[in-house]
Amino acid sequence: MTAIAHEAHRPTQTHAEVTRDVLGTLQTPSRGYYLALFGAVAMFLVGLGTFVMLLKEGLGLAGYTPPVMWSVYITTFVFWIGIGHAGTLISAILFLFRSPWRTAVYRSTEAMTVFAVMTAALFPIIHIGRQWVFYWLLPYPNQRFLWPNFKSPLLWDVFAITTYFTVSATFLVIGLVPDVSAIRDKVTGWRKAIYGLCSVGWTGADSQWRHYTRGYLYLAALATPLVLSVHSVVSWDFAMAIIPGWHGTIFAPYFVAGAIYSGIGMVLTLLIPLRRVLKVEHMLGEYHFDNLAKLTLLTGSILFYAYAMEYFVAWYSGNTFEQATFWRRAFGPMWWAGWSMIICNAFVSQLLWFRKIRTNLTALFVISIFINLGMWFERFVIIAGSLSNDFLPNKWHVPAITWADWGILLGSFGWFLMYFLLFARTFPVVAIQEIKEMIPYPRKRGGGH
Amino acid sequence: MARKTVPGVLASFVHVDSAVEAIGGLKARGFRDLTVYTAAPNHEIEDALDQPVSWVRLFTLIGGLTGVTAGFAMTVWMSNDWPLLVGGKPIAAVPAYVAIAFELTVLYGALCTVAGMIILSLAKSLKGRPYHPLFSDDRIGIFVPCPPEQTPAVRELLARAGSEEVTVHGA
Repeated sequence: MTAIAHEAHRPTQTHAEVTRDVLGTLQTPSRGYYLALFGAVAMFLVGLGTFVMLLKEGLGLAGYTPPVMWSVYITTFVFWIGIGHAGTLISAILFLFRSPWRTAVYRSTEAMTVFAVMTAALFPIIHIGRQWVFYWLLPYPNQRFLWPNFKSPLLWDVFAITTYFTVSATFLVIGLVPDVSAIRDKVTGWRKAIYGLCSVGWTGADSQWRHYTRGYLYLAALATPLVLSVHSVVSWDFAMAIIPGWHGTIFAPYFVAGAIYSGIGMVLTLLIPLRRVLKVEHMLGEYHFDNLAKLTLLTGSILFYAYAMEYFVAWYSGNTFEQATFWRRAFGPMWWAGWSMIICNAFVSQLLWFRKIRTNLTALFVISIFINLGMWFERFVIIAGSLSNDFLPNKWHVPAITWADWGILLGSFGWFLMYFLLFARTFPVVAIQEIKEMIPYPRKRGGGH
Repeated sequence: MARKTVPGVLASFVHVDSAVEAIGGLKARGFRDLTVYTAAPNHEIEDALDQPVSWVRLFTLIGGLTGVTAGFAMTVWMSNDWPLLVGGKPIAAVPAYVAIAFELTVLYGALCTVAGMIILSLAKSLKGRPYHPLFSDDRIGIFVPCPPEQTPAVRELLARAGSEEVTVHGA
């Protein structure tokens, strides 16, 4: 995986070649695929086992000690929700901008979004302690005549995450329909029957495309503000509280930029090996990764600015508690987490100014791992770090990360990867229909392919 | 039970300009109820068919308006039904409910858009209209419903426009 050859942004294949190549990704998987799937399931089982222990013993296993009652689980919740932002950004926002490079990557990032939100949604449930009454968060008529407190940002979050999951999943499924019909027309036997059922009678008739293209446009238009709203609402879970390190007006844009940054980091981590495994190197080339890297650079630079601004605001506010929190982030007992966040996010992303690095897949893959790590640490520093030194100095302590935290964290990666790997072998990870839309039909009087 | 076939002529095209020429010729002869199959949306074919803009937007609008109304109505009504004084705010604190109303606008808007896509697509029945698997691959298909007495003329028009294959159905 060294520097790859230059490729033009318009696909060079014919329509038939696109169908054939994408169909090739759905053939019998290699041994490496099964190994990866086995690893993912094993990780998930570790998480499941840990969850059973948590149910039995309670949240003390996760090292919860006042005032740090939000720690690794909420950190990991925000981490996964953030990952989920790149997919809809690429599939909806870049669709409205008519950005040609999104076509080849959007399907896999959209799937990543849905699975990341599915993973994130587990964490508030794991975290609440009495998991069996999680439905108390929803407004439903009950015998005690109680309703949820809608003034709480946690309730806004319930609505934001539920909406985001529903809309992202809808967007993914709608986008899949024409592609599934293309597979239906190529396969035989029981697979034809299943893909036929999933294609819901799609034939690509003009009467279907007419409503489909309009509907897709409106879905993209609705999903665009949704992407920006969801992580803003997540940030208000913190910013609405008066905890030093949380109570900042820059939190919404700061979190949205961080979410997109982390999401693209995960896209790079997944797509760089996947393009080789699925043999779609000619469809996912330098052009696509260069653009993903530029988006990473942009959002990484916004984060750099937000980090600097946080320190500036803490100093300029004259608030002792705020200043102490930020001093301790850099030089306190959790300095290792504070510097991991700054180095991995603010500094490492600046390497992407160099085109040679942006087009070198090995370098990009390594940078993407730093991004994933850095963004997890960012949330850990903000959440656990800020809580660990609130208004009572005698309560200050370094939050413990126990085996129950590691077990659930590992399990979440297993759960996410398991779904992603199963998806990659069942449905096209490259959007057949949108790639074909970019390739002109041949013309009798010259032109086309 | 065998599906009843709509009588007509099905043509397959390799070249987009041939298909556009065929659509133009058919429309000039008064054939309006055409079905054109493509693997991806194509502007030249859309222009040739010259269909009005889809009414999906109406579903999106109705969904969005329902969502925003439901969002504010639910939060305000529930707050008043179980009054809870929080931080000195009014019982029904509308600014705090904007987030929920916004999310429900998007949620209802998106779900109604999908419902609209399905309902409007089903409004024109494609039952009994022939289809070929190559249309989802690299061919453009045009099906012209017509009575048997018009079949020869339609066949000739399609062949002259440059169709690769023409078949007659339900004759």
